Amino acid sequence: MEETKGEVAVPQKQGIGAELGNLLRSNIRDYMMYIALIVIMAFFTIMTNGGFIQARNISNLINQAGYVAILAMGMTLVLIVVHIDLSVGYVAGFCGAVCAILMTKFGMSEWLAIPIVLLLGALIGLYQGTLVMRVGVPAFVTTLAGMFMFRGLLNLTLQETGTIVIPNEGFNAISNGFIPDFSLGLNLHMLTMIIGVALVGLMIASQIRDRQNNLKYGFQVMSQPLFIAKLVIFAAVILLVFYVLAAYQGLPWTAVIVGVVLFIFNFILNETKFGRYIYGIGGNAQATELSGVDVKKVTQIIFVIMSTMAALAGVLYTSRLQSATPTAGLGFELDAIASSYIGGVAVTGGVGRVTNTIIGALVITSLTNGMNLMGIDISYQYIVKGIIFIGAVALDIRTRNK
Amino acid sequence: MSDIILEMRNITKEFPGVKALDNVNFQVKRGEIHCLVGENGAGKSTLMKVLSGVYPFGTYEGDIILNGEVQQFKSIADSEAKEIAIIYQELALIPELSIYENIFFGHELASGVRINWNETIVNAAVMLKRVVLDVDPSTKVKHLGVGNQQLVEIAKALSKNVKLLILDEPTAALNEDDSQRLLQLIRELKADGVSCIMISHKLREITAIADTITVLRDGSTICSLVAEQDDISEANIIKNMVGREMDNVYPARGDHELGDIAFELRDWTVEDPTRDGKEILHHVNINVRKGEIVGLQGLMGAGRTELALSVFGNTPGYRITSGEILMDGKPVSFRNSAAAIEAGLAYATEDRKGNGLILIQDIKFNNTIANLKELVEGLSINKNEEVTVANYYKDSINIKAPSVDQKVGNLSGGNQQKVQLAKWMFVKPNVLILDEPTRGIDVGAKFEIYTLMNRLVEEGMSIIMISSELPEVLGMSDRLYVMSEGTITGELSAEEATEEKVMALAISA
Repeated sequence: MEETKGEVAVPQKQGIGAELGNLLRSNIRDYMMYIALIVIMAFFTIMTNGGFIQARNISNLINQAGYVAILAMGMTLVLIVVHIDLSVGYVAGFCGAVCAILMTKFGMSEWLAIPIVLLLGALIGLYQGTLVMRVGVPAFVTTLAGMFMFRGLLNLTLQETGTIVIPNEGFNAISNGFIPDFSLGLNLHMLTMIIGVALVGLMIASQIRDRQNNLKYGFQVMSQPLFIAKLVIFAAVILLVFYVLAAYQGLPWTAVIVGVVLFIFNFILNETKFGRYIYGIGGNAQATELSGVDVKKVTQIIFVIMSTMAALAGVLYTSRLQSATPTAGLGFELDAIASSYIGGVAVTGGVGRVTNTIIGALVITSLTNGMNLMGIDISYQYIVKGIIFIGAVALDIRTRNK
Repeated sequence: MSDIILEMRNITKEFPGVKALDNVNFQVKRGEIHCLVGENGAGKSTLMKVLSGVYPFGTYEGDIILNGEVQQFKSIADSEAKEIAIIYQELALIPELSIYENIFFGHELASGVRINWNETIVNAAVMLKRVVLDVDPSTKVKHLGVGNQQLVEIAKALSKNVKLLILDEPTAALNEDDSQRLLQLIRELKADGVSCIMISHKLREITAIADTITVLRDGSTICSLVAEQDDISEANIIKNMVGREMDNVYPARGDHELGDIAFELRDWTVEDPTRDGKEILHHVNINVRKGEIVGLQGLMGAGRTELALSVFGNTPGYRITSGEILMDGKPVSFRNSAAAIEAGLAYATEDRKGNGLILIQDIKFNNTIANLKELVEGLSINKNEEVTVANYYKDSINIKAPSVDQKVGNLSGGNQQKVQLAKWMFVKPNVLILDEPTRGIDVGAKFEIYTLMNRLVEEGMSIIMISSELPEVLGMSDRLYVMSEGTITGELSAEEATEEKVMALAISA
């Protein structure tokens, strides 16, 4: 029975200044996050005398962020529908160990072992999703039990062998290697630059297409100078990142994998019916059910996706260490959940974007990486991450209530 | 002390956009049983919430005078301190605790910080004796039937030494025996000097027990009837409950032929497994023709929403023990709401905010969620087409919002309801069930929604309108069913239906 509160700006005739102001105000939450990431990176750059921002470390950072980002994207879906998955760390550890066994003990190639492990992840998700949605055990309890079980399974898998060192170079390249190059004799990784330029081209083309489409339907669009400014800024950021990478050894394979997963997730959430249903369930599950959506099935599929992503993260992590160890997976769920919330997933559900979750994962990984470079004790690292995590969520709740 | 224990003087209580109570005056004599009657939404519960401090002092206008003193209750604790206790329709007991723990919950018998359990049990047994409940006080409340739970509630009130007891529809969930026991207990309490205010729809009980009957209608006091001197026949009470001028707030419907039966429900019987298999719908038979508006009238708790939900894919998981659904004469069954929608049925829920709309999403999201397949090209949703669709409905049914990007949670009740209608119009169903389509919305928006309903049936849709508002049901229906306690108690044509007839059927079971 509230009266209409919103007088959301329908910008008629206004100057660029006012339009820019509106844009900033309505996306303040996103911008705060970008600024936070920049501040954190700047801080570590200063504290490490520039060591943090060196191309070598940036490549390193991307490889470190990879498995966190993969987990966090899956977790974002789970959190949007107001469930949780605490088991992802040990599911990742277990799946990584299975992958190592398949390659070393059974002599499989990585091309066979990895799909098998992803399928294993999907089955784990099916089991947990079924418990949550069909039996009615709360996700917190189901996945807490999963934490126990998969930790045990991880230990069991590696009981005979102990830590397995993986000899497959192809497998280890996933999280340590770079895409190949054809040298032109320049001190620059050419394929990386080409991909960077191609991405900018694609970005510009799709933005222009959207804008023209909007104009065709007679909708309000951003004014032309602002639109061009936006394209220039985006292009500059992308090119800068790719240039830094190209000046070193090129684009890491991890970045390619994360990029592909990000593209798919972003497409699902923003463009498909399935994505709509996810936001609908998070906003009001009952209303969504009564709109003819099979809420149980959709949620079950989300758990399958989550555990599949956990398996993929396990592969990335195992590749990163070039070995499977019994401690793999410890605390992964914390980083994944924190990344999602820092990235702006609402604790009450129904809100969240995977593109922002990636920023959240970069924030968390930058903290780890930067503090390691500074030689800060691990105990303090946990405390700092905890403070930033709770600060971000508290701020989010305050700004959302307004 | 005077013989007036309570006087509520010129009480006015407003909610945003609605005046729930308008200058209500209400007097209770010491040691009497005072019944409060009126239609749903007449203001009975609101008045009692003002009295008990649920709506604290300052949120209403007027005075509460108890034993000659003006009171300023800021919370339920304040009113309890003045020996007033209220027992709600939904019982406030904790099922997993024992009877004695429940009776003294919130005012535990303690010396220092430590609860004296022996004392508690002994005292609880005394209270149980007073309410004539012969059960071991250590029994868990969840093992008691509803009738006995009600008695425990009263025992709890008595343990607080209550002088004014308020009962909100105490017999609504009870069978005949339990009801009689409860009424007998109320009479005994009266003999002990406890005054009692009872809200009830059961006129037979009221006329049997009341010393005074106050009738509320549309937030105002209509009359106070004293049993010894006034006419307290059921007919007179009903007349006062409904006797409103029928003003012409209903738009005229264009002439159109009614078609064949589009939807029919035969012998529909439903049990609720979460309430020990209680039968909530008994052998319901209803139908609606193409182009017809059929009203389904009944008071709150009559089983109307349960009927709609059990038909519309049965999302609450009721046990359907008999009956069948026919659409266009063909038997159908719906595994879930998606199947119901697929078959051409739609249901706009009573509780817009609870299970109708996704408040944190915008108008276009809500408008299209039930029919996204219409917007999908390949894998992806055509978002421009989506905006076009939402804009079409926004203009077509006059949703007042700056744009379709507006969050639905920020809209007024009337506009939210229009979004809900737009959502189902986009699905283009053959049969639309509207559950309390105008609850909580202002007169202007109501008129627009009635007009829209007319437009839909003229286009050949069939509408089942569930409503507890008598004038609306009478003003809009071609034909109407009346429901009471899960049973269809009558079917009336528009010509033969009067407020008195419908109300009599609604409270008949």
